[in-house]
Amino acid sequence: MDPRNLLPTSLLDEFPILKQTINGRPLVYLDNAATVQKPECVLNAVDHYYRTDNANVHRGVHTLSQRATDSFEAAREQLRMHLNAAHTHEILWTRGTTEGVNLVAHGFRTFLQPGDALVVSTLEHHSNLVPWQMLAQATGAELRFIPLLDDGSLDQDAYLELLDRRVKLVAFNHISNALGTVNPVQSMTAAAHQVGAAVFVDGAQAVPHSTVDVQALDVDFYAFSGHKMYGPTGMGVLYGKTEWLERLPPYMGGGEMIDQVRLEGSTYAGLPFKFEAGTPHIAGAIGLAEASRWMHRVGLERIARHEDELLRYATAKLQTVDGIRLYGTAAHKAAVISFNLDGAHPYDVGMLLDQMGIAVRTGQHCTQPIMDRYGIPGTVRASLAAYTTVEHLDTLVDGVQKAARMLL
Amino acid sequence: MSPIEQDIVDEFDLFDDWLAKYDHLIALGKELPPLEAAHKNDDNLIRGCQSKVWLYAECPNGLLHFTADSDAIITRGMVALLLRVVQNRPAEEVAREPFAFLNAIGLTSHLSPTRANGLASMVKQIKFYALAYAANE
Ligand SMILES: Cc1ncc(COP(=O)(O)O)c(C=O)c1O
Repeated sequence: MDPRNLLPTSLLDEFPILKQTINGRPLVYLDNAATVQKPECVLNAVDHYYRTDNANVHRGVHTLSQRATDSFEAAREQLRMHLNAAHTHEILWTRGTTEGVNLVAHGFRTFLQPGDALVVSTLEHHSNLVPWQMLAQATGAELRFIPLLDDGSLDQDAYLELLDRRVKLVAFNHISNALGTVNPVQSMTAAAHQVGAAVFVDGAQAVPHSTVDVQALDVDFYAFSGHKMYGPTGMGVLYGKTEWLERLPPYMGGGEMIDQVRLEGSTYAGLPFKFEAGTPHIAGAIGLAEASRWMHRVGLERIARHEDELLRYATAKLQTVDGIRLYGTAAHKAAVISFNLDGAHPYDVGMLLDQMGIAVRTGQHCTQPIMDRYGIPGTVRASLAAYTTVEHLDTLVDGVQKAARMLL
Repeated sequence: MSPIEQDIVDEFDLFDDWLAKYDHLIALGKELPPLEAAHKNDDNLIRGCQSKVWLYAECPNGLLHFTADSDAIITRGMVALLLRVVQNRPAEEVAREPFAFLNAIGLTSHLSPTRANGLASMVKQIKFYALAYAANE
């Protein structure tokens, strides 16, 4: 195999945080599925906003407020373009994926009744599971689960059997944060639509690693977090099709989301503002738009191919370590390698790697049902980003080998 | 620092790099006698979000006796060190133990409540037992 950095290693220079040593060794950051680092241009965009344009949006006639509002709404348009959504008002700002799920799950309380059903995959982050459990509990709707095959892909035959006219909504992720499985969103969505169910997709791990076209996928809702795609924390996007967003009731009440307010009742603002009560995270939106522009400058397709190449390289190399077991071996995978050393607790492996300056995630990755499915306390997870290099992965494999020698 | 703690510090002074230090910790973890099955139950379980720790205490003739275990080997090594310091000592002494040796051997961070390994809760639980037995005397 010819390991190649498809992206130039000079990309690393744009990430100031990566130029440090941890426990005396150069930092190798492989916890990108948890959050990715931010390029200089994103840091500058946020800094510039606070230094020169800061004002509340949609409220003032003064120049600063106008500038802030213009940048804020331009950011929304940038994210519309990023997802190829049909309308800018289909882009709702949220705090992150979790808020996106909760906003939709809460709204669906008004649509569901006993006898209805929800289909949720067993490959989910807790944030795309617990809100649906709460929805089922609140409405008496039945929860049905798409089972997992041994290789970490969803059982598509079983999925089709779960679908019938009682199903009102189907929720699953685009890419699994625990195993890296890429789910066939398009065909799963088409099947759900056949029975009249809405489709909610958690795109937290997909937007950072691939090109997402919500119109081509035809999903009804698509949520993700800015901090996993090179943007600031506390900022995310919920995409919703216009007809769904119009039907869905507001999630929170307050300023910005209203049209007329009388003491006896209020009418709500139009889209997207109906869902954006209160002063939004303006700097977050501006930073996220810059992150999106940065990804486009690097090239979404190039990022995806670079990471695919590295994933193949690291997977093949890790497989040569004695006693290693990989979790998530589906044919279609992205950016995540989950593994254990036989007889070693993932925590021990993670501690030793940290001593070597290598940052990985260990534990359940907020996906307890997946770990239960494999009967393990957790895994060690290395996850990639655009700035990951062949050298980083060589350091990882050396580190895992050293940990294996110490622990086994 | 107690003589036992000083012993531990001297023991760790022999290692000049992290690798040797962790090798030793792992060896200590492997040597720690496992907790009897009867005590390895949910009542004695301290749930860290990653590694689990079990802790069981008795206090025959006024001296505390602990047995403990963990599912992660480095955590077990840490457990072994902590137990060495508190084993067979009067309850009211243990209740005031500051575990100063940890700082001297550069392993304090293992006890950070945000470490998610259960050790911080284990120390709390050790003190809780100590206080409870001290109050009973
Ligand atoms: C697949 C997936 N869904 C949801 C989330 C939750 O994202 P956030 O905590 O940013 O809301 C994550 C992040 O860990 C994730 O990886």
